[in-house]
Amino acid sequence: MSIEVDAVEGTATTRGAREHARAQEGTVVEAQPAVPAWRRGSAPAGVEQERLVWVERLAGGNYTHKVLARGTHLRLTDLTGDASVSVLLYNALETHERLNVADTVKVQWQVYLGGGQLLLSDQGRVLASIVDDTSSHHDTVFGTSSLARNTGRYGDGTAHGASPAGRELFVLAGAKHGLGRRDIAPSVSFFQGVRVAEDGSGRWLGSAGAGATVTLRLEMPTVVLLANTAHPLDPREQYTCGPVDVHAWTGEATSPEDPLWTATPEGRRAFDNTADYLTARGIA
Amino acid sequence: MTATDTIPGTAGRVLRREVIPPRGPWSAILKAGEVLTIVDVDGNQAVDFLAYDADDTANAYSAQTTLSAQGSVFLTTGSVLRTAEDDALLTVVATDVARHDTLGGACSKESNTLRYGHHTWSQHACADNFLAELAKYGMGKRDQVSNVNWFMNVPVDPDGALGIVDGISSPGLSVSLRAERDTLVVVSNCPQINNPCNGFNPSRAEMIITAPEETP
Repeated sequence: MSIEVDAVEGTATTRGAREHARAQEGTVVEAQPAVPAWRRGSAPAGVEQERLVWVERLAGGNYTHKVLARGTHLRLTDLTGDASVSVLLYNALETHERLNVADTVKVQWQVYLGGGQLLLSDQGRVLASIVDDTSSHHDTVFGTSSLARNTGRYGDGTAHGASPAGRELFVLAGAKHGLGRRDIAPSVSFFQGVRVAEDGSGRWLGSAGAGATVTLRLEMPTVVLLANTAHPLDPREQYTCGPVDVHAWTGEATSPEDPLWTATPEGRRAFDNTADYLTARGIA
Repeated sequence: MTATDTIPGTAGRVLRREVIPPRGPWSAILKAGEVLTIVDVDGNQAVDFLAYDADDTANAYSAQTTLSAQGSVFLTTGSVLRTAEDDALLTVVATDVARHDTLGGACSKESNTLRYGHHTWSQHACADNFLAELAKYGMGKRDQVSNVNWFMNVPVDPDGALGIVDGISSPGLSVSLRAERDTLVVVSNCPQINNPCNGFNPSRAEMIITAPEETP
């Protein structure tokens, strides 16, 4: 949309430029954050408005990031069935501790992510648990896209182009938390599923359709990086990635009384390790 | 000096030949064109393996980029090990073992507490080998990204169940990798004793670096 410029001064003077800048407030776009979330965001059903800490609509081909407290619930909603949200998590207290995808699948004896599973760090602790999942179309194997791959597939993979690669966006998101390229490790991605055949070949399943949600409960203070980009195995000729809604609200971390704590022996020890670490740090 | 005829992939001039004792670390910088042959000397010994662009170590091996590029989860002849930025580091030019793993990651003291219990805490693990070896290059924990497990067998069941099961390698089998660019490789001869990845008995691995014969 165009902004009305003062007919006399335009933006040739500082006063005119200031008025022009200030007149832009209130512009409505499809994807943006509601700030502060607890005042301007709209809460999901069952969540009190004042508990909101993050409300944002994230466009396809874009990224966002936030530091969230232990106990925060983070819900992602695939609005069109074409979202593909890659996620990286770091211990906000020591960011060299981060999501370890290999440990996540190996320790839990399961390569397909879903409700009730844990996202584990390389230090044997739980960064987040998946407390709700209406999609079950996710991926731990193929990660996100690279500049070279998207350049080959779509003619461009730069962050400033029309078909950004996930890694390019993660590098930007990470930089805002002091992280560099060596910190952008393997990711998990939500809403576009894959299956691995017995011979090892991978097959893209697509999504569960519009409206699917995944809700994570953060078990540690966590730096969350999200990159919403076309899945690397998505066979469609056009770069296809729809918007995702992000809602986060304050809550409680998993307690020893929660059935999830003891659902598996591996998970129980991961929760025990997490409690041990956070207690020693004076956090839990 | 010439390579032994009995080990495929080692044609050419031998530049370096060493046996990594059980449980130990190892590293080398391969020049583009050189071939690294890893020999499973005693059989079913997992060899955990990291790789980096030697000129830009933030450009590290990525299992996910490698698997996206080849569309399959197993490494075999012709597989190209790629960095997270999709650059080719190494090509598998020969393998006696049908497939190798890159989903299972490396064992660590920390993950051992989850997988087996806190009684394993004092045991040595691959992550510690990696950290010790990376430190020699001024690198650290942030550089420990996804790794390959040569000679390790990790099937994926139709329901997504995956796990380290009995190996499909045997004494003397080998895999050979050609460097596509100058590449830092960092190895842990896996010390794990709680699962079948080393046949419950960590053993030796031999590392042979060869340069192609110069054509007259």
